Amino acid sequence: MELALTDEQRMIQASAERFLTQVASSSAVRTAMSSERGYDTQTWRQIAKELYWPALAIPEAYGGLGLGFVEVCLLQEQLGRCLLPTPFFATCCLATPALLLSSNESLKERWLPLIAAGEISASVAYTSAPRWDDSGVQVYAQSHEGGYRLNGEYRYVIDGADCDLLIIAARTPGSIGEAGIRLFALPADTPGLLRQPQATLDQTRRLATITLNNVAVNDEHLLSEPGQGWPMLRDVLHIACIGLAGEQTGGAQQSLDITLKYIGEREQFGRRIASFQAIKHRCADLMLAIECSRSASYYAACIADQCLNIDGDPSTRQQLGEAAATAKIFASEGFFQCAAESIQLHGGVGFTWEYDPHLYFKRARASEQMLGTPAFHREQLAKQIFGERT
Amino acid sequence: MNIGFSAADEQFRQQVAQWMQKHLTGEFAVLRFRGGPGDEDFAPELRKRWEQVLAQGKWVGAGWAIEQGGRGLSINQQVIFFEEYARAGGPGRMGHIGEGLVGPTIAAFGTPEQQQRFLPPILSGQDFWCQGYSEPGAGSDLANIKTRANFDEAGEQWLISGQKVWTSLAHESDWCFVLARTEPGSVGHRGLSFLLVKMDQPGIRVQPIQQLTGTCEFNEVFFDQARTSAHNMIGQPGDGWKIAMALLGFERGVSTLGQQMQFQNELDEVVRIAKTNGAAQDPVMRQRIAQAWSGLRVLRYNSLRMLSGVQDGSLRPEATIYKLAWSTWHVELGKLAMDVLGPEAELLAGAPYELTRLQALFLFTRADTLYGGSNEIQRNIIAERALGMPREPR
Ligand SMILES: Cc1cc2nc3c(=O)[nH]c(=O)nc-3n(C[C@H](O)[C@H](O)[C@H](O)COP(=O)(O)OP(=O)(O)OC[C@H]3O[C@@H](n4cnc5c(N)ncnc54)[C@H](O)[C@@H]3O)c2cc1C
Repeated sequence: MELALTDEQRMIQASAERFLTQVASSSAVRTAMSSERGYDTQTWRQIAKELYWPALAIPEAYGGLGLGFVEVCLLQEQLGRCLLPTPFFATCCLATPALLLSSNESLKERWLPLIAAGEISASVAYTSAPRWDDSGVQVYAQSHEGGYRLNGEYRYVIDGADCDLLIIAARTPGSIGEAGIRLFALPADTPGLLRQPQATLDQTRRLATITLNNVAVNDEHLLSEPGQGWPMLRDVLHIACIGLAGEQTGGAQQSLDITLKYIGEREQFGRRIASFQAIKHRCADLMLAIECSRSASYYAACIADQCLNIDGDPSTRQQLGEAAATAKIFASEGFFQCAAESIQLHGGVGFTWEYDPHLYFKRARASEQMLGTPAFHREQLAKQIFGERT
Repeated sequence: MNIGFSAADEQFRQQVAQWMQKHLTGEFAVLRFRGGPGDEDFAPELRKRWEQVLAQGKWVGAGWAIEQGGRGLSINQQVIFFEEYARAGGPGRMGHIGEGLVGPTIAAFGTPEQQQRFLPPILSGQDFWCQGYSEPGAGSDLANIKTRANFDEAGEQWLISGQKVWTSLAHESDWCFVLARTEPGSVGHRGLSFLLVKMDQPGIRVQPIQQLTGTCEFNEVFFDQARTSAHNMIGQPGDGWKIAMALLGFERGVSTLGQQMQFQNELDEVVRIAKTNGAAQDPVMRQRIAQAWSGLRVLRYNSLRMLSGVQDGSLRPEATIYKLAWSTWHVELGKLAMDVLGPEAELLAGAPYELTRLQALFLFTRADTLYGGSNEIQRNIIAERALGMPREPR
């Protein structure tokens, strides 16, 4: 039991911070978010091909560096601090875990080395409704000549318009709930698959709507074992929540840091506004929220790590759901609180487009929703606490 | 980072669990899950004897260094000990102030003679201690202490006069550590000293104060030329503030994990009631219970982070949140317990004012945000020490 970063982890954290300070200034982020693709391809190429971030958690056998998900979360935290738009979250916290948890070797061998080499980005599409559990899976896979025909529409697909690989969930016609769900891995340019980028409230992360019109797939694309589609997807979503919680922690920290800087300089009534106790106490509450968010996300990252590791400890794996929910609850509420207070404590300038607090505020709101609200995750926990789930 | 325990640690866990199972029986069985917050006045004599049983098992001061008579357990083993103690329903520790606060302080700042004199009776469960800091005029502003100690050259002793207040368990204690002003005319944190004073003497009068729970866990303590030997000062005259503050630092140690297991026992009780009385079907209650449940997990993760890495005794910024985090969580649990019980929460266990365990919890948690530095004072500390914001006028 040791919940402190190793020297190597601290090095990864520090070098990511250095790099991002150079490439992800506020103006760089603003240019990227209003560009056509929504991110700066040059910076992403550097991240993917020179810094090898997508390779971090991929085993060496698939061309990766063989480190773990804790390292991914540390990078997420740094990315969250600067809000740099990149396909990193979708590729490394959604699609990569889905591939890693699959037992379809030929798909893993086909796609993981490409991700590790920084050649492609990827995402996961599964929900057709404003819901984040199995009931959202409403794309249907009709058996057809030894394969399947997929029809339906995915909504809120993170970086879905731009990625190269899509992991998708579809269910057998007539099935409901957790049954009948299968996962497939498809090239994003598969015929019949129409991708529509959406304009989003949080401009630093793009969402897409994806329509499937008789898309032909077969068992070669099948990632999940029979009957294992939902359990696998559920684990992937939990792991993604943990990665997101890392990012939210970083966003919350930066919201507080820019606020502390501002209130340490701004004077009213002849003194720095940071010296008013009403303000100090609110900042103390923000620090409390951030440290809780960080503790929860670090702990959960250790569990995600065990789940993605073939030799992971089975009893630790069982904690994935509760750890992910806890991290997502605390990180979501902490980030929103910090970002909202950041606007308030900046006063009028906090309400301008020019100052950064609104960027964090919008990201906080988007991330709080994404993959399930705190209320949704508390309800999941309640089911477990009251022993309502087998 | 890793969150597993080694095989040796797991074996140690078995050992603790078996020890508890074997010893928390017979006359001690009534102590199971008792003596916690709001229940401190439960069976004090029996709980003191329990401390001696614990001491015979070498579980008092288990985390102290072997040279100091402790067991020298690793942090992981201490975590395990506290977890298993609470899981087994180990009662609230009468010896906590000695073992957790003044003992480590004497070990850090005392002379070898003082260590010889005071540590063994703490480790054997013989001596019980109370904390003489607060006074009527010195609560949050602790440096405003007025209690005086004058040196009596002839008798080579200190003569102490003044009044302490809110002194927990003073009526059950053998010794008190007293923060007193030894430099006449000094103000603020200068001129204070840290004295160890025997309670059983003519110069000391203990007057119980009834708490809102109806019971008397804390007291006023009046000093009228109370005596203590020149050898019973920790540090030098004038070092009192430094030592008093260091003592508060020891409160944020591993025992926090034991406290959390007690919280878990309380929460389990709330969950059990919710399942039987229908609150578990109420969507709002489900949300609140899940929030409490995940909040307790986070307290644990916070502590594990605080206890990881280099333990050089320095207070890392993230450790400043600890008191605010748990007190805020616990006060909410107290309210939740009442809300889950609904109208049943109004009915006492007996007349005239016998509280149920959860009523006592509800009432006592209101103290959690006060003692040991109120939440407002904690927020000042976080803002100033961890966030580097401007200091309050003092
Ligand atoms: C159950 C219980 C057990 C205790 N046991 C002991 C014990 O064993 N030994 C011992 O020495 N003491 C003990 N105490 C005393 C405790 O430490 C004090 O109550 C505490 O320090 C607060 O002091 P006070 O009661 O004088 O309140 P005050 O200091 O008068 O505070 C009143 C209110 O004002 C707020 N306040 C004060 N200063 C500031 C500020 N600068 N900024 C913002 N808000 C401020 C406080 O937060 C509080 O809300 C105990 C208290 C309780 C309730």
